[in-house]
Amino acid sequence: MSIKELSIKDIHKGLQEKQFSATDIAHAAFEEIEKQESSLHAFLGLTKELALQQAKETDKRIAKGEPLLALSGIPCSIKDAILVKGEKCTAASRMLENYIAPYDATVIQKIKEAGGMIVGKTNMDEFGMGASTENSAFGPTRNPHDVERVAGGSSGGSAASVASGECTVSLGEDTGGSIRQPASFCGVVGLKPTYGRVSRRGVIALASSLDQVGPFGKTAEDAEILFQAIQGKDALDATSLEAPYEKSGFGEAKTLRIGVPKEYFAKGLDKEVEKTVRDAIGKFEGAGAKIVESELPHTKYALAAYYVINTTEASANLARYDGIRYGLSKDAENILEVYFNSRGAGLGNEVKRRIMLGTYALSAGYYEAYYLKAQQVRTLLKQDFDTAFQQVDVIMGPVSPILPFPFGEKTVNPLAMYLGDVYTVPVNLVGLPGISLPAGKAGNLPVGLQVIAPALREDLLFSTGKLWESIQ
Amino acid sequence: MISPEHVEHIATLARIKLREHEIEKYQKDLSEILEYFEVLKEADTSSVFPMTHSVLQESVSREDEQRSERPEVIERMFALAPALKDGFLKVKAIFSAR
Repeated sequence: MSIKELSIKDIHKGLQEKQFSATDIAHAAFEEIEKQESSLHAFLGLTKELALQQAKETDKRIAKGEPLLALSGIPCSIKDAILVKGEKCTAASRMLENYIAPYDATVIQKIKEAGGMIVGKTNMDEFGMGASTENSAFGPTRNPHDVERVAGGSSGGSAASVASGECTVSLGEDTGGSIRQPASFCGVVGLKPTYGRVSRRGVIALASSLDQVGPFGKTAEDAEILFQAIQGKDALDATSLEAPYEKSGFGEAKTLRIGVPKEYFAKGLDKEVEKTVRDAIGKFEGAGAKIVESELPHTKYALAAYYVINTTEASANLARYDGIRYGLSKDAENILEVYFNSRGAGLGNEVKRRIMLGTYALSAGYYEAYYLKAQQVRTLLKQDFDTAFQQVDVIMGPVSPILPFPFGEKTVNPLAMYLGDVYTVPVNLVGLPGISLPAGKAGNLPVGLQVIAPALREDLLFSTGKLWESIQ
Repeated sequence: MISPEHVEHIATLARIKLREHEIEKYQKDLSEILEYFEVLKEADTSSVFPMTHSVLQESVSREDEQRSERPEVIERMFALAPALKDGFLKVKAIFSAR
């Protein structure tokens, strides 16, 4: 049997009608993975024993006539920045090549409690730094729609594993677009929740004021089911919010007011991407939604503010990789040399580049000009969004200014890679929720539509996604 | 343009060992990116506070009571250490006679 076309609902129906067992589903997932992995490299490691054990528990439930849990029998892959107890967690870095997670991340505990079957850890850009998964220390992930092109990043493996049908859903992490952009590149749904919605405990930190874990799915409904399972206040994450998820949505299409910021359709946007996104917005209008031109005037400062905050917070978060308590350790004559050699050997080029940028920006004499200034620009951006949301319910635009590109095209010049983040980073800076919906294709290359909502309004995003699926 | 000496200084602060050929490469990369950051100077931030959270929370605290980690987790964490001695992490001397 094949799990490729099956949604969460399909799998649950099949389990309840005894068409197949959870163990059958697990085997089918691993068969699909074996078939496709040599051409995709979405996974860094598989967790067969764990998945089969979870499948067995689900099959026992069914045999006893007990109700299915939210994720019972659902094959789920996990970005290799999220700790799964007893399994390797590498963050795609040589620094953590042999690191075995001593505990489960809170989101993993929740997935296990919801009956989910964790099939493996997915490939990513090293420590989340990148937008193509080319910065993985263990080789890149290929786009299932065109294997000569990147899957996007940094959660490229997660996006590819869902797009290819190797598994049903996946958990990624987004700091500046790392869920939304690979979702866009691979033609699947990817959500970055409101900052604080999902616990970051047990998630390898990149930038603490920006990071959020989020779901990938083939449909808005599947992504929502996974989101509901993982969201919620965690006493062990002081930045998590007490805010139960309300599935209100917006009802009929004609009540929906969509803001389209002119700043998101300016110079630098690929013509084919623009056409696909505008056509999609046009379909919403055809369904009765009201389109309003929005203004987000401080957009031009967002990318610089983002990379200041990303690199400065990363330099602090990655200081722990010192060869002392875990990870790669290079012996030396004295303790300082242990630090220098371990970090020199264990960290990749992009990681070193960003740590040094962050170190510079936080060093004496530069803090006000860079970090403080960037944090102030965040407030200006938040004001832009708050003003815009007084007139509209959601904001729409492209996820990426460019189509999925061939390997090596953006790696010569680091800044060229950063410029691709222009539409996704503002959303992380202001902590709002954003989703990428598969909007269509330019040739055979997927294009994502980004939808942004006010804080805690993921329901509007899923509602928009479900509406899109009915009108596209 | 940031100087090679400055790049070496930053690498030292970041505790990262760079090889000779890497200094020139990072000098070029960092200079270009720092130049891009200059656009921030144009933003008028005179009347705004810095922002760290989209949904403001008051100081999040917990009861000041001792909470110990589970022994099996501690065991797994120690298994990851590069060097152990008598149940402690072993490191190079901090103070040396030099």
